[in-house]
Amino acid sequence: MRIPLSALVGMVFTGAFFLAAILAPLIAPYGMAEIVGGVWDPASGAHLLGTDAIGRDLLTRMIYGGQTTIFVASAATILSFTLGSVLGFSAAVAGGWVDQGLSRLVDLVMAIPALILALVILSVLPVTLTVLILVMGLLDATRVFRLARAVAVDITVMDYVEAARLRGEGWGWIIFREILPNALSPLVAELGLRFIFAVLFISTLSFLGLGVQPPLADWGGIVKENASGLVYGIPAALIPAFAIAALAISVNLVADWVLSRTTSLKGGRG
Amino acid sequence: MHPVLTLVVQRVALGFLLLLAVSAVIFLGVAALPGDTAQAILGQSATPQALANLRAEMGLDQPPLTRYFNWLGGVLTGDLGTSISNGTDIATAIGQRLGNTLFLAFWAAVISVPLAILLGLVAARYNGRWPDKLISGVTLSTISLPEFVVGYLVLYFLAVKWQLFPSVAMVFPGMGLMERLNAVILPVIVLVLVVLAHMMRMTRAAILNVMQSAYIETAELKGLSPMKVIWRHAFPNAIAPVVNVVMLNLAYLVVGVVVVEVVFVYPGMGQYLVDHVAKRDLPVVQAVGLIFAAVYIGLNILADVISILANPRLRHPK
Repeated sequence: MRIPLSALVGMVFTGAFFLAAILAPLIAPYGMAEIVGGVWDPASGAHLLGTDAIGRDLLTRMIYGGQTTIFVASAATILSFTLGSVLGFSAAVAGGWVDQGLSRLVDLVMAIPALILALVILSVLPVTLTVLILVMGLLDATRVFRLARAVAVDITVMDYVEAARLRGEGWGWIIFREILPNALSPLVAELGLRFIFAVLFISTLSFLGLGVQPPLADWGGIVKENASGLVYGIPAALIPAFAIAALAISVNLVADWVLSRTTSLKGGRG
Repeated sequence: MHPVLTLVVQRVALGFLLLLAVSAVIFLGVAALPGDTAQAILGQSATPQALANLRAEMGLDQPPLTRYFNWLGGVLTGDLGTSISNGTDIATAIGQRLGNTLFLAFWAAVISVPLAILLGLVAARYNGRWPDKLISGVTLSTISLPEFVVGYLVLYFLAVKWQLFPSVAMVFPGMGLMERLNAVILPVIVLVLVVLAHMMRMTRAAILNVMQSAYIETAELKGLSPMKVIWRHAFPNAIAPVVNVVMLNLAYLVVGVVVVEVVFVYPGMGQYLVDHVAKRDLPVVQAVGLIFAAVYIGLNILADVISILANPRLRHPK
């Protein structure tokens, strides 16, 4: 199997970001909330990216920030995928009022822009990591539901699903043993896009001050903390901004490749 | 009744129904969440008597459905309630800000829509050659950036490094149009960049889709120039999808505007919403949330109605 250069670059960068997130306490040069220098010290040997608005090492903040951003985004993506695909498959298999009910509910939630709905919910609930993951996961599950249902509706009319039904298999078997393996490739391609969306979403919430709360770092929050320096020509806020973009682009490159691979293999081996 | 009119009326009625359901989600859904507004205002040390008094004053002791219909009745008559955090009338506070936000969104739309369609046409005309690749590459990277990143990049380079434009979008009542335009130029640039990419890519896809039709080949065979083929034959048939794309992206401006207003400290609806989410001022959040949702749904209905009207197959009933 030949992997195109763009996908390879994407994989290397995505892998590096995840590795840095997992190994954060080992590779970070200083403590996460440790004040080690002056306000916005320029980059030097001791502080490779300089220091932030209150004198913390920016590289350390970036590494821990990546950990939080990637953790929250991954958790939200896993939640939205599990929930969205199980409900989507169930709706397609069950049909009738179950399908109608779930589909109309999803239509209703999707009629409100996700950011606005999240802000309305977060004005009532306490802003903790758990709540953020739940809110993001549930809102994003609507999009996964639509895709999973659309894919599964095509599969449920296949002969082998009919055969399984006639054998007397239960819902669980039909969903996990018949539909899931055949719906996997479009869902995997979607996984990357949903993950990027989650990264952008949590970054935006934190940037607005309504996501990850200080002293915990995350990339959107680091942009917010250092944004006031931009007007004085201090580009510290642009570093986490570039990190978000780099992560989004590299995951995108991998997802594009998975998508083109799965569509070109349609009808052949999955 | 003409069948097209029936379709349009149905679509609009469905939209109003949806809006009603959305208002219920925003009000009742939030009421169902754990969390006590009275407790949030008075803090953990409040006495039970003080909590009960405040609840009675705010009407929180009534069942949620009663409160919902009171609220809905108020919204329909233009009374959005009063803010918890500073006791001001929400409708008055919103009036000025809504104008500011619409001003921003209007100019973003006026610039981005023709530009996106033009770039989409050029990319479709030179499909697979360098102008197409250049436009696609640039737009792909702007899609991968969150709005606030685009905002700060533009702010840092255009306002701070090269000092072309003011970095803070200050507007106040009594400002002249030119002054006002000069003040909002950076947020407008950011919004244009944010929606342009999607709009242009989808326009290109819609036109390329039409370009595979047989009548396009006929037009090419009779010797029309490529631009003329696109303009006379492909574009009119791509209008419905293109209008849909444009409307969906304008609806997307609703979200973009929230972030961009915070970046540039612009006194609009988005800034107002974010400030009051942090203060846990539920009546303001619900009112502004409903307005944003209404604009979003309204633009979606408009997109559907225009594509119904633009479809010639529906104009001549069988």
